[in-house]
Formats: sequence, structure tokens, C-alpha cells
Amino acid sequence: MRKPWKSLSKKTRALAAPYFVWSVGFIIIPLIIIFFYGFADANGHFTLSNVASIFSHVNLKALIISMLLSFLSTFVCLLIAYPLAYILAEFGHGKSSLFAFIFILPMWMNSLLRTIAWQNLLEKTGLINTILSFFHLPTMMIINTPWAIVLGMVYDFLPFMILPIYNTLSRLEIDYANAARDLGANGWQTFWKITWPLSLPGVISGITMVFVPSLTTFVISDILGGGKILLIGNIIEQLFTQDNDWNAGAGLSIVLMIFIVISMIITDKYDKEDATKK
Amino acid sequence: MIRHNGIKRFYTILILFFLYAPILTLMVLSFNSSKSRSHWGGFTFDWYISLFENEHIMQAFWNTIIIAVISALIATIFGTLACIGMQVMKKRMRSVIMGITNIPMLNADIVTGISLMLLFIACRVNMGGATVLLAHITFNIPYVILSVMPKFRQINYATYEAAQDLGATPTYAFTHIIFPDILPGVISGFLMAFTMSLDDFIITHFTKGAGFDTLSTKIYSEVKKGVSPEIYALSTIMFTLVLALLVIVNARKFRPKKKGGAA
Repeated sequence: MRKPWKSLSKKTRALAAPYFVWSVGFIIIPLIIIFFYGFADANGHFTLSNVASIFSHVNLKALIISMLLSFLSTFVCLLIAYPLAYILAEFGHGKSSLFAFIFILPMWMNSLLRTIAWQNLLEKTGLINTILSFFHLPTMMIINTPWAIVLGMVYDFLPFMILPIYNTLSRLEIDYANAARDLGANGWQTFWKITWPLSLPGVISGITMVFVPSLTTFVISDILGGGKILLIGNIIEQLFTQDNDWNAGAGLSIVLMIFIVISMIITDKYDKEDATKK
Repeated sequence: MIRHNGIKRFYTILILFFLYAPILTLMVLSFNSSKSRSHWGGFTFDWYISLFENEHIMQAFWNTIIIAVISALIATIFGTLACIGMQVMKKRMRSVIMGITNIPMLNADIVTGISLMLLFIACRVNMGGATVLLAHITFNIPYVILSVMPKFRQINYATYEAAQDLGATPTYAFTHIIFPDILPGVISGFLMAFTMSLDDFIITHFTKGAGFDTLSTKIYSEVKKGVSPEIYALSTIMFTLVLALLVIVNARKFRPKKKGGAA
């Protein structure tokens, strides 16, 4: 293979220097500071108690609820987004991506406002209930429950699931599916043996793009949970902004990072397994 | 799979409704003369008028725009330069930098925000607009790098060398041969960075300090007491502008080319 840039002077490397310095200063060092606080007590002595505080009743409960809600919302996002991305990719084969863009456009409305909009809709006297009671239907009370939070997560992060799946599906060679059909596979077989495995990279990046923000949000639970349901994000946010206990907050942030790394490893493993199976 | 066309259309419309219904309610509320969020008090433009007289909201709006433009610009310059520099690096060094670049992308916003806050406090910097700008540049650069990097794979280096053989200086050859090829990546990186900065709340929340607000933090501070309809009005204006811009850009793309190439 041809070596690119052979003709270009090695001095060009220096162009990356500003970013390198920047990333050390604003990415690496801040992370080191988090670890420093997370493993220190108020007097600066080494301790594991901040990280271990995840096992306290309140924190563990928050973590478990966060896990459950983010699993559920990621699953629902996938369930909604995959058929849609499939339809869009089929529709847009060779055409412009304008149609797909319509589904990304809501992200241009401030994400906090979009969550507040759901608060308006779901409230006791909100729009949905007003309409329901107008038709003498039973009103629903999902505001300030975990269901409202899941709804908010699905709504906020759905585009993150649609986009990567749409991208991989629209790049798929339609010939593969056609070949499978020619060789006698029925519609379902073609989907499960050809289309689904080939679209997995998009599915996996969609899953991580929905799972991590759902797991760590404190905004959605604040607005749609009415402050009654604490997610792990809420606990960390309160430790920093209200309790001023940075050590405990940093300790729980470390736990959060561990969970993110674990979820990366698991999704990465599935990605590779499927690649070798083919 | 033509037979399912009806179901497909219904499904697509259903999802569109789900995505746009909340946005539409906000837009409708911006014309509601009653301050209530569920009761229609009649049509009014009052919120649009009082919006421009509301100093706090306008200040937050300009802060948001200025931070988004500057942070996206600086991130685009740093990110593009870094991509060029990485091309001549050894593979190991390059993967180290790409690894670091992935950290803010994969990490939770809350952790990124807190880590930057702790950095600013450790450096005894007073938090305000400047620290928000630094934070936004930091989380924007990865978006630029990830959209510029793939463009380098498609570059025809032979043309670049040919230009130099014909007497072009390396800089001239670069700006005339390579740069046009990576430009689409640079532009989409800039737009992505701008969007991310515009919409960010969590990282801004931790790095802003007291007395400085972007639209997101302003909205968050009003959640408990009820968001003022002026903010609905402002968002309606912003959303409509983006929508109009998109329609114009795409309409131009679809229109048959006129003589003279007035692109």
C-alpha cells in the first residue's frame, strides 16, 4: 500500500500539537483530578469510602433504578427506531437524505424545552388529560412516575438511535438481500440472516448513544419525575451543587465511569462475536 | 415488500407525530394569551414583543449564540489541524490521540462537566462565560476530528505530489489539492460542533458559575416556577429559522440548474 504523505515533511506533525496540549489539559488532567478526589477523604488521605458509598441504601437504589430505566428506554428506542430506519432506508435508496433529516430536526429545539413540553402534556391538568376528560375517558397519571422518565428518555434520545441504524442500513447493498431471496430464503430468513447481522454495527452504536445519556441523566428525572425519583445522576449532581461533598460525588462519578466502560466492553464483544460468526 | 406500504406510511406518520407533537404544543403556547400551560386564553403576539424587552432572556440568547459560534470555530481550527498533523504520525501516537479524543464522546456529560469544574476550581479560575467557552471547545473538538478524519482516506496523494513536481510549494499544493477534498468534513464538523454547543445543558451547568446563563441554564432555572412563555416564543423563532434555512438549502439542491451556475 502506498504510504500517504510521504512527500510531506515530518514537521507537519506539529500541527497536531495545539490539540494534543489541549486534550491533555482539558481531558486527561480533569479526569485525574476526579480520581484524586474520588479516592481521598476531606483531609486528602487515601480512602475507598467514596467509591464504596455506592453500596449505601439510597445510592444503590438510585443506581439500580437508573440501570432499569436506561435498559428499558434503550430497548424501546431500538424497538421504535429499527423499523423506522428500515423504512427510511428503503424509501431513500439513492435519494437525498432530506426525508431522514425530518427525524433529526427535533434535536434543534432545545432539549430541556422538549422535556418540559412533555411535562405540559402529561400534567394532571395537562393537554392529554384535558382531551381525555373532554371525551369522558379515564385520565392518566404518569407524570412523576418512572414511566414518565422512560417516555422522556425515549423521546429525547430516539434520534440518536435512528441515525446510526439508518446510516448502516442505507449503505447496505440491496444485492445481498436479493441474492438471499433468489436462493430461496423467505422474507424473515433474509432479514435475520442477512440484513440484521449486517446492520449490527449501527444498532450497537445506537445502543451506546442512548444507553449512556439515559443512565447518567439528571435533567429528565428532575423535570418528569418531579424530584421524587432519584437517579444516580441526580445523586451526583446534588452532591456537587447542594451538599458540596466533592469527594463523595467524585467517588460516585468513578463508579459511573466503570459502568460505562463495562457497557462498552459488552457491546464491543457482541460486535466482534457477530463479525466472526459471519 | 410493496404490500406493506400502508402500514409503513402509518408507522412513519405515527413516529413523526410523536416527535413533533410536543414541539407543536410549545409553539402553540407561545401564542397563548393566558400564562397557563393547559388553558387557551386567546391568540396573542404579546410574548414575542415582551421577549425582545426581556433583558435576561436576550442576554442568555446572545451568550448561547456567541459561545456556540466561537467554540465551534476554534474547535474546527484545532480539530482540522490535528487531523492533518496526525497523518504523518506513527500509528501508535495516532491511536493514542484518537483514544483521548474518544473519551469525551463516550463518557457521560455529567462526568465531563464535573471534571472540568474541578479543574477550573483547582486552577482558581472564576467560572463564567470564559470557562463555559473552554468547556465547549473541549467537547466540540472530537466531533470535528471524527468528521474530518475519514475524509483523509479518500484523498488522492498522487495529485498532491504531481502539483509539487510542477513547481507548487507544499503549502500551495495543500490548500489547492488536499484542502478542497477535506472541506465537506470540516464544514459538517463545524455544524455538528455548533449544534452540540447550542443544545448543551449539563456541561454548561457545571462550568458556568453564578451570574452567567445560556438559554439552557436559564430554562433550567425556571423549571420549578414555570417557564415564561417568552422562552417558548424565542424557541419558536429559532426552530422556524432553522427549518426555513433547511428548506432553502434543500430547495436549491433540487431545483434544476440555471444558466450561469448561480450556486
